[in-house]
Amino acid sequence: MSDRFETHQHDVLIVGGGGAGLRAAIAVCEANPKLSVAVISKVYPMRSHTVSAEGGAAGVIKPGDSLDEHAYDTISGGDWLCDQDAVEAFVKEAPEELLRLEHWGCPWSREPDGHIAVRAFGGMKKMRTWFAADKTGFHMLHTLFQTSLKYDTVIRYDEWFVTKLLVDDGRVQGAVAIELMSGKIQAITANAIILCTGGCGRVFPFTTNANIKNGDGMALAYRAGAPLKDMEFVQYHPTGLPFTGILITEAARSEGGYMLNKDGYRYLQDYNLGKPQPKPVLRSMELGPRDRLSQAFVMEMEKGRTIKGPYGDVVHLDLRHLGEKLISTKLPFVRELCLKYQNIDPIKELIPVRPVVHYMMGGVHTDINGATPLPGLYAAGEVACVSINGANRLGSNSLPELLVFGARVGRAAAEFASKHTTPSAAILAQAMDESRRLRKQLLEKTGGGERIATIRDEMQKAIENGAGIYRTGTSLVETVTKLRELQQRYRNTVLDDRGLTFNTELIAAMELGFMLDAAEAIVQCALHRTESRGAHQRTDFPKRDDEKFLAHSLVYRNADGSSRVEYLPVKITRWPPGERVYGEPSQTKDAQAGR
Amino acid sequence: MAETIQLEVTRYSPEHDAAPTFQRFEVPYRKDWVVLDALNYIKDKLDGSLSYRWSCRMGICGSCGMMVNGEPKLTCATFLSSYAPDAVRVEPLRYFPVVRDLVVEMTDFMVKLQKVKPWIIRKEEKSIADGEYLQTPQQLDVYKQFSMCINCMLCYAACPVYGLDPLFTGPAAIALAQRYNIDSRDQGAKERMDILSQHEGIWACTFVGECTEVCPKHVDPAGAIQQYKLTAAKEWFKSLLMPWGAK
Repeated sequence: MSDRFETHQHDVLIVGGGGAGLRAAIAVCEANPKLSVAVISKVYPMRSHTVSAEGGAAGVIKPGDSLDEHAYDTISGGDWLCDQDAVEAFVKEAPEELLRLEHWGCPWSREPDGHIAVRAFGGMKKMRTWFAADKTGFHMLHTLFQTSLKYDTVIRYDEWFVTKLLVDDGRVQGAVAIELMSGKIQAITANAIILCTGGCGRVFPFTTNANIKNGDGMALAYRAGAPLKDMEFVQYHPTGLPFTGILITEAARSEGGYMLNKDGYRYLQDYNLGKPQPKPVLRSMELGPRDRLSQAFVMEMEKGRTIKGPYGDVVHLDLRHLGEKLISTKLPFVRELCLKYQNIDPIKELIPVRPVVHYMMGGVHTDINGATPLPGLYAAGEVACVSINGANRLGSNSLPELLVFGARVGRAAAEFASKHTTPSAAILAQAMDESRRLRKQLLEKTGGGERIATIRDEMQKAIENGAGIYRTGTSLVETVTKLRELQQRYRNTVLDDRGLTFNTELIAAMELGFMLDAAEAIVQCALHRTESRGAHQRTDFPKRDDEKFLAHSLVYRNADGSSRVEYLPVKITRWPPGERVYGEPSQTKDAQAGR
Repeated sequence: MAETIQLEVTRYSPEHDAAPTFQRFEVPYRKDWVVLDALNYIKDKLDGSLSYRWSCRMGICGSCGMMVNGEPKLTCATFLSSYAPDAVRVEPLRYFPVVRDLVVEMTDFMVKLQKVKPWIIRKEEKSIADGEYLQTPQQLDVYKQFSMCINCMLCYAACPVYGLDPLFTGPAAIALAQRYNIDSRDQGAKERMDILSQHEGIWACTFVGECTEVCPKHVDPAGAIQQYKLTAAKEWFKSLLMPWGAK
């Protein structure tokens, strides 16, 4: 690494340039145009994983729908682990934020008369999901990125990688980062830091998540002393293409697609999700929530009714009856992906699919404004856990989440940053230490000899075995032990690449370190939660236990690197815990209205 | 013995090499592998120092553009089976400065993109409380294909004009300017015109059409440039005839 050590100073530093990060950047500019705001991202912002979101963004806009119904769907979908004050703020602000994006140019799909069009989505009782064909995340991200270009006060550090947060005097005051192009290690100080780095799907072997989703922000916060929340809740999306893990959007089912087992039977009817109808029925069958559909797959497999494939068992997603016109206009990307990557035309053929790790309900613990318990540190988007997603996120809630909480966190951080100034001298000393550590532990290290890919593969296998769709205490304990071994071996990682210029192996090594921490948090939370709720299913504790676990898990890192799990009660405002019912109209109007 | 395939990959480190060289790797051949899978195999198992960009592996993030056997391609969407059993040559995108191995410097595009003002420009903003700007599906269709650009840079690597004249604004940035010009909600076409009608704007394009050919998302930048030239010529002509009346 270069001997020169430079520092940069900003009022607000945003780590991550995806949907949440860019929305936050604009919010800071609008809240206080005098503040200097920096966006640091390990990829160019338009490469961020928001780009891959397909189906849509929920926000109440049509007559006959109501904020309370969106709130109820979200809370029941989350198996009552959502904080209801956060959900109420979320459903109220989602339509405003989606409209703002419309004003910024997002090419939302439209009704014939020019109004915003909406589609059905899993677990939603009303049609309220805005969409831009089936490339919603792509269009949202590019709209946000292009709009952000008009704000001159946003300074971008594109292709910079943050290695550590700098904390002194009980407050986050900066970060150490590597500029990929030059290999220079630099310090960036800021009065407030917002983490918007997304999830950690790459901890698992089979995921829809991009290569960049390594839990960077989760591990940065965790190491800096902030707790992670509800990390045991990992969303498996029921329809991923085998081998590649490419997502086939839920919109394929909301437009009327069927899930079929090896006998061509719509097997979801056997899992308390309603009776099959030719046309899609809201909150029923294929439009049930993702956790229940992924669990149904496993049970179907155990009955031997799935189809054997070269990459494990699959079921079929059938879109053939929808016809070429609907598929080409509403699901063009689904067709493109199937043709290109699976050599299958969904107009004529069945699509093989299986559950695939898709989203982390958990993340850095924040309040309703994105503030973490560590002063100066904020988080929004998938990296954060507010929590509006509880034990299972509903499809099309994550895109509005990153807008609503991106905007909120931007305003909150701007206010905090206006009141605090001048980083302490101790911060720079810490930055120098970190720079030395990177050199010594990674770039100049010889001997040892573990390859990054070997440890990564073993980690992925271990976590899938221990903390997959169904978990048991025994399998979780095995995974804890294995992860401990891998943490040890990780210290013996040796790089092939000793160069300074664009050293992607160095980045991969640090990402692996982050993933090992995220994996530890997932497994510890899963081990301690001895109940089944939403996406967390313990075969040794198959029932939901509101007495003990109507509470968020908070996992802290101890000084010696071990972890401890504590609990924080869920905030209930108007919807007391109830039964999750799908496929039947038995939820009373009172329950939905929150009375 | 499993089947294998040869990859010839550009290696270049500014710290050690005066000029780029090729390195040959032998990787397993699998018919469902794309070129990117082969590169990942090399990085994981054979040589961790090989540098390249990638992320989504589903053709939407735009990171993994490279020259594959001389053609600009997204390596996540280019199958080894299209070339097997012959060797596959993988090089960095043409016409860009090379940073390292397969990584090119794309700051130039980022600067140009910002210059064409790719955002909605309006004389008056409607308030959020007043709801959406109405836009019919037909009005959406007018600009939709230009909004599909993933900034993958394949069109720049295919553009002979950009190869000769790096000042040329280039296909993707012009297509994105046009995407806003013809969006029914936008009123900024005049502002963008002033930027684009300079020499390195649209006049440089000789309408080779290679950009449209290579676009993995079926955007038609060549069409955008032609539309633009026509509008600009009309504006110029109007200003000659009616210097007092032209906007």
